[in-house]
Amino acid sequence: MRNAVCTFCGNVCDDIEFDGVTGKNLCPIGEAKFAAKRRIEAPMVRGRRVSYEEAIEKAAEVLVNAKRPLLYGWASTVNEAIRLGVILAEKLGGVYDQCSSVCHAPSTLAMIEEGIPGGTLGQAKNRADVVVFWGCNPVEAHPRHPSRYSVMTKGFLTKGRQHRHVIVVDVRKTATAYLATEFYQIKPGYDYAVFTALRSIINGHEKAVPEEVGGISKKKLKELADILINGKYGVIFYGLGLTHSRGQDRNVENIVKLVQTLNRHTRYILQPMRGHFNVVGAGEVAAWEAGYEYAIDFSRGYSRFLPSEFTAVEVLVRRDCDAALIVASDPAAHFPKEAVKRLAEIPVIQIDPHPNVTTLLADIVIPSALVGIEAEGTVYRMDGIPLRVKKLKDTGYWSDYEILKLMLDKVIQLKGE
Amino acid sequence: MAKLDVIIITGRTTDQGMAIDEKLSEEYMKSVAFCEMNEEDMKIIGVKDGDRIKVKTEFGEVVLFAKKSAVEDLEIPRGVVFIPMGPYANQVVGGRNGSGTPRFKGIKGVVEATQEEVRTIRELVVGK
Repeated sequence: MRNAVCTFCGNVCDDIEFDGVTGKNLCPIGEAKFAAKRRIEAPMVRGRRVSYEEAIEKAAEVLVNAKRPLLYGWASTVNEAIRLGVILAEKLGGVYDQCSSVCHAPSTLAMIEEGIPGGTLGQAKNRADVVVFWGCNPVEAHPRHPSRYSVMTKGFLTKGRQHRHVIVVDVRKTATAYLATEFYQIKPGYDYAVFTALRSIINGHEKAVPEEVGGISKKKLKELADILINGKYGVIFYGLGLTHSRGQDRNVENIVKLVQTLNRHTRYILQPMRGHFNVVGAGEVAAWEAGYEYAIDFSRGYSRFLPSEFTAVEVLVRRDCDAALIVASDPAAHFPKEAVKRLAEIPVIQIDPHPNVTTLLADIVIPSALVGIEAEGTVYRMDGIPLRVKKLKDTGYWSDYEILKLMLDKVIQLKGE
Repeated sequence: MAKLDVIIITGRTTDQGMAIDEKLSEEYMKSVAFCEMNEEDMKIIGVKDGDRIKVKTEFGEVVLFAKKSAVEDLEIPRGVVFIPMGPYANQVVGGRNGSGTPRFKGIKGVVEATQEEVRTIRELVVGK
């Protein structure tokens, strides 16, 4: 099949040619995604193989009997399934949270404060003559980003690598740094200060800037400010280097302000490098269903958003949940150990195609079809562009949508609504 | 043996991404159970590429294989170490944080050589 869609990272490459076994145009991570590998063989309740119906019924019982279940994951499935997850959380009076809360959630907080001067990857490809990668490493995390959207690609107005000034700013010399025209190495945790210095220089308050900020000399900062301001159309891509280190949402707020400052002189857009292929959907769908993107508590019958209390990690560490439904995610691998400890104490229901670390802790395991290979639906690319991911081959596995649909029906039935 | 104060950065790598759907495999363990360091820092604590080191923070500790950062020309500054995201890195990451999102990067820690074994993922998570 031509124009199949890869469902690994936020690039959501839609030019894959799939012959039923392997795909063309895939990056190494995409190749691994499409390769055959170990699956969860059958639905299981505490190690005993059961039918889909029985596993889903047991899961519904666990969720209905819990005082405050946590429903977490969602970034690696389709919008149609996510929507059912949000409704399920509401019916159960539980907490809805998604992978963003250990990833780009501080970006959401910053955007609530400041908005986002956003654009699309198409604009980056076709227009950008200055491309900045700040605290992100697409060569390892979004391998085809440079060739499809940002560095080597030939655009409508910007016709290839030689017409782009590529800046990489990071605390270590990453693989992406080797693509750069200029690489600026800053000290860990000093992004905020460097943004402030750049804003000061661009605003004409150069005198206020000390001789060195975050490991970069004033001379180099002025040089960087010059490059930025001389771009006709710039795009700044940023990653978890900002959201995971000191300052978190304040770092993102300050980079938004830098882009606003640049927009007084020329044209700039800002784009977070979102990780999973539909992590944008996990936030957008929740926002159109419940008003918020993540960390949503329904225990009072209406939605409340409080990130310092209702993100999955917080809810687990504070022992504020007594059961968990994990969909298309692996918190046991990716949460701090204190949170994983709580996950091991409570009943866990997992819906996932592959056995992972969370499977080791799960009481009920429900295997699902691979989204984009065995199941279709709609996802949002990292820039919010909706794409239809396709079903490329038949399977006996149920899709996330089918599993959640029956689970929701069972929950409604058990609650007598 | 000498100890060294470091700043810990965790993050994604291509190898980790390629093995992510096979987390109970040997490849996945290999892709996440290491700590990348500057060669000069490795000399200070007396370890070579592939030796075991213990990384400690206020949140916990973990034994990992040391990896010299000069591999494929990539450089890590002195005083900074990199651990791929995953169950090993998460042994030394703190849970609570004002923003609700843990600080996975820029964690203060100490590294030293050790003779202790690198635990399997099952041992880390289920404790057996």
